Amino acid sequence: MKAWDAIVIGGGHNGLVNACYLQRAGLDVLVVEKNDWVGGAATSRELTPGFLYSNCSYVCSLFRPEIMRDLELPRFGLQVISYEGGAVFTRDGDYLANYRDHDVHRREFARFSRRDAEAYDRYARDVTRQCRFIQPLLMRTAPDPTSLKPRDLGELLYLGKKFAGLSAEEMALTLRFWTMSISDFLDEYFETDVIKANFALSGIIGTALGPMSPGTAYVLLHHYMGEVDGSVGAWGYARGGMGAVTKALAASFKASGGTIRTGAEVDHVLVSRGKAKGVVLAGGEEIYGKLVVSNADVKRTFLKLVEEKELPDIFLRRVKNFKIRGSSGKVNIALDSLPEFPALPKDSPVYRGDMHFTDSMERMERAYDDWKAGRWSADPFLDMVIPTTLDPTMAPSGKHFMSCFVQYAPPKVNGRDWTDADRDGFAESVIAQIAEYSPGFRDRIVHMEVRTPREIEAEVGLTEGNIFQGELTFDQLLFNRPVPGYAQYRSPVGGLYMCGSSTHPGGGVMGAPGRNSAAEILRDLAKSTSHMSPAHDVI
Amino acid sequence: MAQATRKRPVAKTEDAAVSARIDAQSHFRTLRLGTPFQPRLDALAKTQDWYNWAGYRAPHSLWDEELEYFAIRSQAALFDISPMTKYRIEGPDAEAFLDRVTLRDVTRLRPGRVHYTAWCDDEGFVLDDGTLFRLSPTRFRLCSQERHLPWLLDSAIGFDVTVDEETEAVAGLALQGPTSFAVLRDAGFAGVEKLKVFDLMDFPHDDATVTISRTGFTGDLGYELFVSADKALSLWDRLMTAGELRGIRAIGYTALNRARLEAGLIVANADFTTAEHAIRADRLRRPDEIGLGFMIDPQKAHFNGRRAIFEARAKRKLRHVLVGLEIEGNIPAEHAIVYHKKSQEVGLVSAAMWSPMAKRNIAIASLVRPYGDTVVEDLWVEIYAMRELQYQKLMKRAKVVARPFIKLDRRTANPPADF
Repeated sequence: MKAWDAIVIGGGHNGLVNACYLQRAGLDVLVVEKNDWVGGAATSRELTPGFLYSNCSYVCSLFRPEIMRDLELPRFGLQVISYEGGAVFTRDGDYLANYRDHDVHRREFARFSRRDAEAYDRYARDVTRQCRFIQPLLMRTAPDPTSLKPRDLGELLYLGKKFAGLSAEEMALTLRFWTMSISDFLDEYFETDVIKANFALSGIIGTALGPMSPGTAYVLLHHYMGEVDGSVGAWGYARGGMGAVTKALAASFKASGGTIRTGAEVDHVLVSRGKAKGVVLAGGEEIYGKLVVSNADVKRTFLKLVEEKELPDIFLRRVKNFKIRGSSGKVNIALDSLPEFPALPKDSPVYRGDMHFTDSMERMERAYDDWKAGRWSADPFLDMVIPTTLDPTMAPSGKHFMSCFVQYAPPKVNGRDWTDADRDGFAESVIAQIAEYSPGFRDRIVHMEVRTPREIEAEVGLTEGNIFQGELTFDQLLFNRPVPGYAQYRSPVGGLYMCGSSTHPGGGVMGAPGRNSAAEILRDLAKSTSHMSPAHDVI
Repeated sequence: MAQATRKRPVAKTEDAAVSARIDAQSHFRTLRLGTPFQPRLDALAKTQDWYNWAGYRAPHSLWDEELEYFAIRSQAALFDISPMTKYRIEGPDAEAFLDRVTLRDVTRLRPGRVHYTAWCDDEGFVLDDGTLFRLSPTRFRLCSQERHLPWLLDSAIGFDVTVDEETEAVAGLALQGPTSFAVLRDAGFAGVEKLKVFDLMDFPHDDATVTISRTGFTGDLGYELFVSADKALSLWDRLMTAGELRGIRAIGYTALNRARLEAGLIVANADFTTAEHAIRADRLRRPDEIGLGFMIDPQKAHFNGRRAIFEARAKRKLRHVLVGLEIEGNIPAEHAIVYHKKSQEVGLVSAAMWSPMAKRNIAIASLVRPYGDTVVEDLWVEIYAMRELQYQKLMKRAKVVARPFIKLDRRTANPPADF
């Protein structure tokens, strides 16, 4: 019976990145994916004729350019289109826009507060400084602080040196940044509610925390670390939807000789004498591999795919306690025409960017209150984009695809499972909010895909539908991600590795966990990693 | 405007308020604003060579940057300074407030006077430099390169003072050059001859008031004029008409930048990085590191950054020094690396030119102490001169010299000369 050099469980972007690097190192790699398509949470599917949805993730910025280069993704069709800014609509019929041009951005803010308009520079400087500290860590394996191995000591020293390189003021800011709430952080710079709400959005996305919860400032940073072709902090649409990312990865993988099996759900990992030997599919088929890499989140991997008896108690308890709470949903909408927002000038670039309706910190926090009470938010926070304003490939001419990321949606409704009626009620809260700002919106709807945490978990496999495979709070970052002692992509089971967003440096369509994991695997196999570009210099 | 007729179902505000809001929103269509003088500049802009000055469309040159420079030095040059950031600071505590915020002693700045100053954050790092105009005992105008409203407002806590940004409301012109006084006199600004360097006075203009100060950024005889934006064009026309026979010419920034370098003046975010924009911690500079140490008065009461500045002096924590260089030859050393003994890298040139007035190759450079401070011998600059797609690499001797590089008697002569 054939034994693959490596079997990757799950064809999400990190699984595919991992598989690509392993295959290119000369390994014979098989990716097994339970769905009939690859992509995980970076996928584009045609659910109604003529319309492609970015079903889960919907914008691109974090994907590491080094990986795009190594895996030749442009050659395999990946193109990311930068978009211009966005806006928060205010309840009095106005909006606050974000523009790419620095001076236009300032003048826009000055419509609300001249002071805050001028405070933006200091805010941008401080956030940039923090990003520059974190960014080089993304593409490095986090050190094990308890290890005395030269490599761990070296990495710790690197971390320490970077930290020591900060001024006293920056060090204080770094520690505050990693621990404080986005609300408190923004209070240090801005006084206008809508301006704070505008920035706070990035601090709560994908996180089961409110803007006033400690730890949310870092989540904001996580969203600022990306770039589109060198334009740092910029966001863009993948042409053809986010599925274009994984489509290019799959093509790259196959071109280098890799094999993908779709419609192949893994029931469990074969473990013998503490070592992974392969996987068993849901139908009972056994596939053997010299090592197994799981792209699934840490809970799914170790609580569903591996028998508990194979795992140490403390590890198991920590995995069980890993915070991966469902907090968001997604509504994808096919529209027969471009919705109008009377508050927006018709030629506004905001139509091509991200739109929001939560114009105050309190509204945002109240949306979170609903989540805590076990309900979806009556007045949800939406991150809404219409990628077809820049990408003509996703809908028939003149028609549009609208993506609405929705927060908050609890993993269970009042302690019980989601029902179809709940799902419809959740969708209605979204449509009602949009319709309030866009008259006639309902009449434009051709088709909708509504995804609560129930649907996301069932289809994509993300536990509780958590988009980051675990919250990005400081207790779950760096050498504590996913659990202390296992932050280097290895697990208590020999030959079983992790490569999903549950691992360092975390979620978002970044590819870094998949890449870093491949580097560790190749190190264990004493294989060259010369085909892996090191992180670009931050100078 | 088309947008004014749009239905606004969400808003139920008054039509006037809505249309004002729509006007305010529409700024996104104009990435670079025109200044109040834009119609005049547009008419003269033969080169169409614009750059972005703080969100405004400003000319690099209008017709010929070489000749524009000579307009400063031999005629009268008119330069639009409206994009400069301007704050109106007013109130019973305005003097005390500014004394606390800025480096120089504001209690010694009399009404009707201007001084060049700078201000620092609490760590003593320079936020910006600029000019402070004392318009009355309780009213000031602070002009700067960067924007500082949050800093000024936060610093104003506890003072009976108001701080308002008035960049758009106030238009500004620099009239510089040997015939500038004669132009103003001929334009009918009676009494302008009484202005000594750094004096300011109000003059009637077009049923309003223009504030004229004998200040400038050229090291030459010159004046700056501030007027409300709606009187900008009539002021421009008044000067151009009066100056016709005195060779008055509108100029762009390239010419002004040459004049300021000859005058040895520094530009924020060109010769040093301002603290609120410095991403890299080692780019921050204290006043003593950029040649502004002269502004610091040990006798003066507390001011922002005072403790850190004196501590840095006492503990010799000042790492950099900004110097004027005179470089052999005539090839400008723009952004050249400075070496000690041709081998050790000790600094960087931030601005350089062949000076037509000094007939010397001059530069402003930031060096790492002790170079430029106690060690001033054996300094060299490596010039990479691109000539037809090849670098001509030159290693030229550099001598630390005092700034300004040129000193013109006419700048300070009283009464100003009638050229």
